Amino acid sequence: MSQQAANGVPHRGKVLTLDSMNPNVKRVEYAVRGPIVQRAVQIEKELKEGVKKPFTEVIKANIGDAHAMGQKPITFLRQVLALCSYPELLEDNKFPEDAKQRAQRILDACGGHSIGAYSASQGIECIRQDVARYIEKRDGGIPSNPDNIYLSTGASDAIVTMLKLLVRGEGRDRTGVMISIPQYPLYSAAVADLGAVQVSYYLDEDKCWSLDVTEVRRALNEARQHCNPRVLCIINPGNPTGQVQSRQCIEDVIKFAKEEHLFLMADEVYQDNVYAEGCKFHSFKKVLFEMGPEYSSTLEMASFHSTSKCYMGECGFRGGYMEVINMDPEVKAQLTKLVSVRLCPPVPGQALLDLVVNPPLPDEPSYTTFMKERSAVLAALAEKARLTEQIFNTVPGITCNPVQGAMYTFPRITLPQKAIDKAKEEGTVPDMLYCMRLLEEEGICLVPGSGFGQREGTFHFRMTILPPTEKLKVVLEKISHFHQRFTKEFS
Amino acid sequence: MSVLQKISQNIKNIKPLEYEILARRLGLMMKELRQGVRKPFKEVINVSMGDLHTSGLKPLSFVRQVLAACLYPQLVNSSRLPVDVRQRAQRLLGECVGGSIGSYTATAGIPEVVQRISEFITRRDGGVPSSPDNIYISPGSQWCLMNMLKVLVNSESSPRTGVLTPVPSHCTTTSSIVGLGGVIVPYYLTEENGWQLQVEELQRALDSAKGICNPVALYIINPGNPSGQVQSRKSMQEVIQFVRENRLFLLADEVYQDLVYGEHSEFISYKRVLAEMGPPHADTVELASFHSASKGFIGECGLRGGYVELVNLDPAVMKHIHTLFSTDSCAPVLGQMALDLMVNPPQPGDPSYPLDDMEREHIRKTLVHNVKRVSEVLNSLPGFCCQPVEGGAFAFPRLFLPPKAIQKAKEMGMQPDTFYCVRLLEEAGVLILPGCEYGQKEDTHHVRFCILNPQETMEEVLRRISCFHTQFMREVS
Repeated sequence: MSQQAANGVPHRGKVLTLDSMNPNVKRVEYAVRGPIVQRAVQIEKELKEGVKKPFTEVIKANIGDAHAMGQKPITFLRQVLALCSYPELLEDNKFPEDAKQRAQRILDACGGHSIGAYSASQGIECIRQDVARYIEKRDGGIPSNPDNIYLSTGASDAIVTMLKLLVRGEGRDRTGVMISIPQYPLYSAAVADLGAVQVSYYLDEDKCWSLDVTEVRRALNEARQHCNPRVLCIINPGNPTGQVQSRQCIEDVIKFAKEEHLFLMADEVYQDNVYAEGCKFHSFKKVLFEMGPEYSSTLEMASFHSTSKCYMGECGFRGGYMEVINMDPEVKAQLTKLVSVRLCPPVPGQALLDLVVNPPLPDEPSYTTFMKERSAVLAALAEKARLTEQIFNTVPGITCNPVQGAMYTFPRITLPQKAIDKAKEEGTVPDMLYCMRLLEEEGICLVPGSGFGQREGTFHFRMTILPPTEKLKVVLEKISHFHQRFTKEFS
Repeated sequence: MSVLQKISQNIKNIKPLEYEILARRLGLMMKELRQGVRKPFKEVINVSMGDLHTSGLKPLSFVRQVLAACLYPQLVNSSRLPVDVRQRAQRLLGECVGGSIGSYTATAGIPEVVQRISEFITRRDGGVPSSPDNIYISPGSQWCLMNMLKVLVNSESSPRTGVLTPVPSHCTTTSSIVGLGGVIVPYYLTEENGWQLQVEELQRALDSAKGICNPVALYIINPGNPSGQVQSRKSMQEVIQFVRENRLFLLADEVYQDLVYGEHSEFISYKRVLAEMGPPHADTVELASFHSASKGFIGECGLRGGYVELVNLDPAVMKHIHTLFSTDSCAPVLGQMALDLMVNPPQPGDPSYPLDDMEREHIRKTLVHNVKRVSEVLNSLPGFCCQPVEGGAFAFPRLFLPPKAIQKAKEMGMQPDTFYCVRLLEEAGVLILPGCEYGQKEDTHHVRFCILNPQETMEEVLRRISCFHTQFMREVS
């Protein structure tokens, strides 16, 4: 007993403890940067210090970060941004005219002609206008109003902002947020943080991870018994699953959301990452409007996009936007108020977004190089998607759905009962045990399926398809061999 | 009926900004100016935000050169850029995964940058140790603050969580607290005393919270915004003593630490004062200190780089804080680099040093001059009284409005100081913000404007305000 306690003086504990802290924050998890990644970073440190391991580097196939894996930035984008950063370079004839013009236009829209000035909270006006025009062009002319565009710090910022706005109520009236299983764990983290209720609906693994409205309805009806489901989140192309939803499916989801009075959140950050033949990206907004005014004038929706994925892969810029459709004007005023609290999104990210929606035109000097680089990136991804599916499906115990889009594969792994028991013994889950072993033995960092959600009794992992093709081949081989070793060890 | 008509009550509770009223007017006026409508001024001067670059002061060349080379690495080999710029860019690129600023970074920030920030903190604080494990970089210091508030404020608890905040206070913090379902417990700074904090007032504020909420934290900003005071060491010790005795978490916002003008003012960090008080305070007071690349001479508001240093936190809670920050992925890489360049400017002997030093000195001289002129001009105008601006980005003079002005404002459905600002904007083309935006003692009125301007701009602002003020006061006398 401490002297203080013996004297009857209350023991001075911390002010901020596990007991006194916000309980919602304790429930937050984010597997993409979770325990396995922390172990990977530790191993990297050990390698640097000269500790001997069965491998010389850790391959971080856990995070959708293209540049980290060696993908090169698009020249045009970086030229304009460099000009924006140090406008003296506008006099340097090594930079093409079209890059200079874009830089000048962006700088003219910035306070004091500097990308270091605050912008309006909603984002620089002329950039929002450019985004609206891009959306109109993409969606075959369906109008887009710049006032409905909110630039953000990556799509994540906008997603969390919408959820902050929507989550309310107590007890049975507490907002339920419908999330696909498997999902990108930002959604479950935000739901936990906000104290909302997660309402999970399962994607159909046997049908290439497609969404089945019957299953969504089942989840909704069950949830209505204990909460007030108001939001339906969908990621298309999917993360981690890589499925590209069919047009029919998108129509079904829209109909469902309208019938059941749900706010639709369409996460479309991978819209340029579509590889499989017969698959096409259909924006939710386009389909909505093509379904006619019965839907297009009533369904309330937000679509999200980002500069972190597609062919740009500029994760470090934290650029993104959302477009809100049919939002009640009073609610929109609240949204505008809410975004002003975080001041403004990073201006370089806004500038980058402007270039993504305003790429070089066919008659401009940078066009040829730009298109070449863009096509090369997307072609490489398509090839890696195909290769991944092909190789994994040759391994007994690994089943891999086609990687139709996005940047990941989410194969199902069969684990022997003994491995499942061992995991239980160690107080962990089977796919975490599997992934940890893979990390320790081969230096490959994946994220266990449990971090994304999966049907009970099934196991998966998420691997990115981003390493350069030759390295990817090696990674696929190593995982295949590891899987067979692991299965043998635990049989 | 709209799905969305029922939205979060906490969000609804966030006070709308008076700024919106002025922004709408500004929008209309800009349109009119573009259309060639005649006005008594050619352009509007916007001194509403603490933004060096918008005001017309230039970014630091060294910073922008390094960032340009990081953005377009071909420049690393360009003889257009000084050698030290190229070396710095090369080093930073080497610290990025895949050699690209387009990659995500570790959650807390690029490890080497975080390390260098901790070294800066130690240098700044006369040797007080700082661990990189306790530092998190975010898209701006307010984002870090928001995350810390998330951990502290339990929106479902009964009684609700309270946070002591100063009056006047800039709105981002108070809005964040309300948005999280927390309760603001205001403590009033003493205007007559140069906006200094009296610790008795902290006690009064805390007592007033009894039965209303459960105060868990005290937020303080030094140098102050909008009030511009710089705290003395003695006052800081009193605050530390107070938070320890009353079991409060200390949130110390120090983003204006590089902007100190008062001849007898000196910025000392809360961390340093805490450490120098020794045990038991030094080992027990839980502190979060915030800094940013948005203010200071670097003024890179748009790059969104800020950090928090956590002191004496429970390790179990730190784990959850790490997870929370990880859901944001990482801060924008350019913002992280701006922080690095801020804490590690060129040194004597470096090729970029002469220019960098000259640019900084120019800004410093400008700001010291501006502060002097603001005091001279406003304090000679009847109806204005301006406390000395010892530090920070703003002047926050008091306006003494006659009853007629207050009546006119009421008729317009506006707060009196908002009314003043609207008239100033429309008639003189200067955008400043009303004191009611920040909180003030009842029946007092103030305005806030940024002093981070080129001298000519500051003179023009003061000229226009003087002119307008004289006319306005005549009208309402």
